[in-house]
Amino acid sequence: MTIALGFLALILATLLGWLLKQSFNTQPWVAEVVGETAHHGPLGTNSRLIALLTLLAVVSSFFALILSAYALRMELGDWVPLTEPQLLWINTVMLILASIVFQWTRNAAVKERQARLAPGLLLTGLLTTAFVIGQLVAWQQLQSSGQFITSNPANAFFYFLTGAHAVHIIGGMYVWARATAKVVLGTGDAPSIARSIELCTIYWHFLLLVWLVLFGLLLST
Amino acid sequence: MAYVAIADRDHEIEHHDPQTFITKYIWSQDHKVIAVQYGLTAIFVGLIALGLSALMRLQLGFPDQFSYINPENYYQFITMHGMIMVIYLLTALFLGGFGNYLIPLMCGSRDMVFPYLNMLSYWVYLLSVIILVTSFFVPGGSTGAGWTLYPPQAIMAGTPGVDWGIVLMLLSLAVFIVAFTMGGLNYVTTVLQARCRGMTLMRMPLSVWGIFIATVLGLLAFPALLVSAIMMLLDKALHTSFFMPAISLMGADPGYTGGSPILFQHLFWFFGHPEVYIVALPAFGIVSDLLSTHARKNIFGYRMMVWAIVAIGGLSFIVWAHHMYVSGMNPYFGFFFATTTLIIAVPTAIKVYNWVLTLWEGNIHLRVPMLFAIGFIFTFIHGGLTGLFLGNVTIDLPLSDTYFVVAHFHMVMGVSPILVVFGAIYHWWPKITGRMYNETLGRWHFWMTFIGTYSIYLPMHYLGFQGVPRRYFAMGNTEFMPESAQDLNAWITVSALFVAATQVLFFINMIWSLSKGPKSDPNPWHATTLEWQTPDHPPKHGNWGHELPVVHRWAYDYSVPGYDDDYIPQNVSADDAPAGRDHGGAH
Repeated sequence: MTIALGFLALILATLLGWLLKQSFNTQPWVAEVVGETAHHGPLGTNSRLIALLTLLAVVSSFFALILSAYALRMELGDWVPLTEPQLLWINTVMLILASIVFQWTRNAAVKERQARLAPGLLLTGLLTTAFVIGQLVAWQQLQSSGQFITSNPANAFFYFLTGAHAVHIIGGMYVWARATAKVVLGTGDAPSIARSIELCTIYWHFLLLVWLVLFGLLLST
Repeated sequence: MAYVAIADRDHEIEHHDPQTFITKYIWSQDHKVIAVQYGLTAIFVGLIALGLSALMRLQLGFPDQFSYINPENYYQFITMHGMIMVIYLLTALFLGGFGNYLIPLMCGSRDMVFPYLNMLSYWVYLLSVIILVTSFFVPGGSTGAGWTLYPPQAIMAGTPGVDWGIVLMLLSLAVFIVAFTMGGLNYVTTVLQARCRGMTLMRMPLSVWGIFIATVLGLLAFPALLVSAIMMLLDKALHTSFFMPAISLMGADPGYTGGSPILFQHLFWFFGHPEVYIVALPAFGIVSDLLSTHARKNIFGYRMMVWAIVAIGGLSFIVWAHHMYVSGMNPYFGFFFATTTLIIAVPTAIKVYNWVLTLWEGNIHLRVPMLFAIGFIFTFIHGGLTGLFLGNVTIDLPLSDTYFVVAHFHMVMGVSPILVVFGAIYHWWPKITGRMYNETLGRWHFWMTFIGTYSIYLPMHYLGFQGVPRRYFAMGNTEFMPESAQDLNAWITVSALFVAATQVLFFINMIWSLSKGPKSDPNPWHATTLEWQTPDHPPKHGNWGHELPVVHRWAYDYSVPGYDDDYIPQNVSADDAPAGRDHGGAH
């Protein structure tokens, strides 16, 4: 459980540091004129960003716990390391490209270059779909070489991890599809579209990071 | 740049006043209506779980007198009783119910930041409840694996509900976690983003603090349950071997290889222990506010209380394996977890001292909510102290499988939070409905519940010391158990049925109050917090009329020297509350 604990320590330390800053040396029992306390107000950022970051913490906790289970289960006698299909390298490249194109689209959205949005979003969608299909093909390759989910715990974890990751990608694709539909159909206002693209980009980078960690772990064990 | 509270920017949150009955009360996005929906659903399943416990007690008190209770049923009753009470009643009621109602009102916001997501959260929760209740009616019935669902027995033939029950249970838990995550994102974001002007973090009422930190715990801990539920579903449906060891079943090989049941226990309790505090922290917060309001005194050591909540939240993640002393893990782990368990008692004890010191020299009004709050201090100290016993490995080993443990966790996370739930309902009832309840009936309800629960659980500690094992359907003839143990069991059963029956008083009182109760004052307890200062009573959609409140002080300005009234609401500025001037509120 060290992995999950390390992750939690990180999150809780962030939270604690921030709370300390908010509460250190305050005297809550003193009534003040509001003007003086103005800087103590809510965080001056986008609520959706806060919600997204919170969601990312939840998703990180989810994956950290699976990795903890992985580390614990690995030490038992019946574990036979799995040789990952080479296809995963190509899939990884697809996902990295998707992230890069999404970042490019986001920059265009922030700079209000509307013409670049549609091609950027569509290309991202294509690359991401390629990644998901690539993962499915990797599953097929494993199956046809006789590596089923029940064959070995290493296999079971491989299917579970890649499946869970793909489900998160598909969830992100739902938000991506809504933004893309707005851009292509010309409905929705520019600032709100830019906001969703910004948030989507963060989510894509996050899932890329998760994938790199998972892939690294799968390769090294 | 001029400061504008997030909640003042109207374009951030759009409010369309609901028009029809359906948008107002069914598909509602109003946090207050959603809170009531959560509350009613939770209480409904809670009543089912109460009925199950009565059935269990019938068997234990009067063995084999009831033909409709057999060993299989008995295990199904245990499992569903535990799971429903902990997750579908307490977690949903404290966070979905009170969290939804109190966070926006106490923070001075118009609603949750994402009202649509909030509505979705309730409906997904309802779906999880429906899946759960369905499992009673499928072939084989609900699962009888015990509320901890330990493998391998949870998914092996011989355990009741192994075909359908366990699958629906795991599915329902997964759906519940999705619902909770949607709600939790809302609570966290609302506390961080939508507080009104002047409401600094260190001016928030402790109720909000408790709910906020409990939500953070839930968001980080529930994934552990989700991971274990998915992995167990895979073990059950696809015959993977995450948890299932190589095992022989009636001479046949079910095809599992060397999985680790201990791994499940680690994951389960990694969620399970924080879950105790997910239930306890909101109760801590709410009880602090009840004590302060009804003792007309500021809470003792507010900052200490906040930091104790935060510290308990952090520590609750490193004590989980004290539930697993008997699992055969490395003894050095036991040493570590016994130490952390004792450490977490420190901030908890600080809270108890501060509650008692809040009462000291207070102007105590023994109204119904206050009775329940003080009752909570008793039961919580009781359950907490036996927790220190069980936190030590050497004491836990012999007691682990006895009624001592049952008595301990029912005192600390059954009776105590339920007393707070009742106290909170009585306290905020006038705000939610605009009507008062019958005070006398409420007192009867308190005293019968309080004395009744003691008469159930005190003898159980004694049974535990006698070595009476828990989880057994029937005790049989054993030498170490005196015959009087059975008499005690019969007594406990009678008490339990009595306590269950007295809850009718509560429902009669509330239903009577809804139609015939006298109209209440907008602030009947003369409380300082914002929810009592709403322009409408009960508050309408959007909570605050045209203008959001502005907060000038903390939530605990009770009996401030030099002022006529013994309370100054949070939204009264220093200029508006000079000595000797009446600033609203009936005497």
